[in-house]
Amino acid sequence: MAHMMFRDALRAALAQEMRRDPRVFVIGEEVGRYGGAYAVTKGLYDELGADRLVDTPISEASVVGLGVGAALTGLRPVVELMYVDFVGLAMDQIANQMAKWRYMSGGKVKVPMVLRTQGGTGRSAGAQHSQSLEAWLAHVPGLRVVMPSSPADAKGLLTTAIRSDDPVVFIEHKALYAMKGDVPDGEHLVPFGKANVLRTGGSVTIISYSRMVHTAMEAAVSLAKEGLEAEVIDLRTLNPLDTETVLASVRKTQRVIVVNEAHRTAGFCAELSARITEDAFDVLAAPVVRITAKDVPVPATLLEKLSIPSAEEIVTAARALAGRRRA
Amino acid sequence: MMMRIREFEDRVAESYLRGLTAGSMFHLSVGEEATAAGAGVAMEEGDCFTTHHRGHGIFLARGAQPGRMFAEVFGRTEGYCAGKGGSMHIADITLGHMGANAIVGANIPISLGGGFSMKYQKTGKLSVAFFGDGALNQGVLYESMNMAALWKLPLVFFVVNNQYGMGTRIDRASASLDFVKRAESFGVRGGRVDGMDVEAVAQSARELFSWSRAGNGPGFLIADAYRFYGHGRKDPSPYRDKEEEARWKLRDPVENQKKRLIGDGLLTEKGFAEMAAETTKEMDEAVAWAAKQAEPGPRELFTHVFVD
Repeated sequence: MAHMMFRDALRAALAQEMRRDPRVFVIGEEVGRYGGAYAVTKGLYDELGADRLVDTPISEASVVGLGVGAALTGLRPVVELMYVDFVGLAMDQIANQMAKWRYMSGGKVKVPMVLRTQGGTGRSAGAQHSQSLEAWLAHVPGLRVVMPSSPADAKGLLTTAIRSDDPVVFIEHKALYAMKGDVPDGEHLVPFGKANVLRTGGSVTIISYSRMVHTAMEAAVSLAKEGLEAEVIDLRTLNPLDTETVLASVRKTQRVIVVNEAHRTAGFCAELSARITEDAFDVLAAPVVRITAKDVPVPATLLEKLSIPSAEEIVTAARALAGRRRA
Repeated sequence: MMMRIREFEDRVAESYLRGLTAGSMFHLSVGEEATAAGAGVAMEEGDCFTTHHRGHGIFLARGAQPGRMFAEVFGRTEGYCAGKGGSMHIADITLGHMGANAIVGANIPISLGGGFSMKYQKTGKLSVAFFGDGALNQGVLYESMNMAALWKLPLVFFVVNNQYGMGTRIDRASASLDFVKRAESFGVRGGRVDGMDVEAVAQSARELFSWSRAGNGPGFLIADAYRFYGHGRKDPSPYRDKEEEARWKLRDPVENQKKRLIGDGLLTEKGFAEMAAETTKEMDEAVAWAAKQAEPGPRELFTHVFVD
C-alpha cells in the first residue's frame, strides 16, 4: 500500500499496463513531452518513448477516430481528450463509431479502447472547461462510463478499463488530481458495475460518484452529529450501473438523495431517480431528491461554487427527508 | 469483377422489389465498378480498409462472398454482421474490412488508425480509406491528412468521385476543384485517374499503394467516375442533366473494358457471354442461399452491445 495522489495512481496504472502489454499506447494532445495537461502522464515519455506516448495536433475528432481504427486492428489505445468539454468536437467518432462498431458488426469486431478525459469545476476555468457531461456519454449504448472518486479506484478502474475489450469513457475530475489516498501496490483491478458503499446507515441513502462523493461524505459526517446515519454509495461506473446495491440500500432507508455535479435537466440524477422510482416506489417514504448543479453554464471565478451542490444542501435535504413517513 | 459488382447491385435493387430486403437504404455503385475493381486488385492480403456508404463493390473486390452480403442486406443472421449492420455498415475484419460507414467522411479517421496500426505493428501493410466526393469538404479528412503526413503513415485516401454528394454537383460544393493540390499542400502525394477505366485505376492504385506501403508516406488518389443510378433507391436524379447522364453512360466501364479486351484479342463475344452467364448463376445462387437463412430472433436484439 502506498500513499499517493490521484494523478500518480492513474500514472501507475498506465505505466503498469504499458509495460505489461506492448499493444497499449497513449495518444492525445500534450500526453508525451509535456506530460499531460494535468501531469498524469508525466515521466512516461522518458521511459516508454514517442512511439508509445504519441503527441497529436489539436484534431480531437480524428484522434478519437484513430483510436477506433487502431483498436479494430489489434491495438489497445488509451486516447486522452484533454477536457470533456471538447467531447463535442469528437462526438461522431465517440457515439457513432467507438460505441457502435461492436454491435453494427454483429459481434465480429471489438473496440478495446479507453477514452480518458477530465471534467468538473474547481479551477474557475469557465463554461467551456468545467462541465460534467457524463449524461451525454451514458446515453449512448455501447459505451462503458467510469468516474472514479479516489486514488485507489483511479488505479483499479483504469487498469480494468485498459484490459476491457469494450470501449470505455473514463472521466476524471480535475479537482481530485491532487487528492491523496492509500493505493494498493502492484496489480489492482476494481471491477465495473460494483458500487462502493463508503458508509452504512439507516436514515437516508446518498448516491453519488466522482468528486461529489466527498461532498456527500462531508454531509454524512454532519448528519451523524445530529443522530442521522446516512448510507453513502459511490457508483464508480455509470455503465454498467450497479442497481442491485442501490436498490438494496433504498429498501433499507426508504429515503434517497442523488447528487452530482452535472446540470439538473436530463442529467444522470434524473436517470437514477427514475430507476429508483420504477423499481422501489412501494418502499419510498418520499420522492427521490436530486441535488445537482444549477441549470446555468458554469460561471467562471467567484460564482462557480454557487453553481454546484454543497454539503449544506445535502444536509438540509436529509433532515427534511428524515421527517417523512410512508403514507 | 466489374460484371459481378454490377450484377450484385442490380440484384439488390431487384430483391427490394421482391420484398426480400430489410429496409430500403441502399446506395448502389453501378457506374463506379472500375474504381472498386481497380483499387481492389491493387490491394494485398493484410491491408485494411474502410468504405463509405456506397461500398458494396469495394468489398466484393476484396473477396466478400455475395451470399453473405445479400444475407446482410436481407437482415439474416448469416450476414456479415448478423443482420445488425445492413447495407451501410458491412464489415469483416478477417478480410481487412473495418467497416462501411454511413456518416460521410467518418471512416477516414478510422482508416488513419488503421494506418497508424500497420506502422506501429510493423506489418508492412497498407490502410485505404475509400470515400466519395461528398466527403471532400469534411474537416476530418484534412485533420487525418495532416497526421498521416506528419507521421508518414501507410495510408491512401481513395476518392470515388461520382460528381455528386447526394444531389449536389461537385462544383456547387467546392470552390476549388483541384483536390490533388489540396492533398499535396498537406504533404500527401496526390494523383488523379480516369475512374471509368479499370486498367488505368489499377495501374495508378498499384503504383501509389506500393509506394505508401513501402513507408514513403500517405497518398491521395481521386478517380473520376459517375453514378449511373440515383443517390438512393427512389431518387430519379432530377437535378442531373440528361445529356450529362447520357454522355457518362457512353463511357460505361464494363462495356468499354469488354470492347478493349475483344479488340486486343483477349476476349470473344462468346467468352463474354459465358462470363455473364456464370455471374448470373453465381448471383442467383447467392440470392437463393441468402433468402433461406434464418432471421434473427428477439434475443439477438440484446447481444453484441458489449464484449464483457
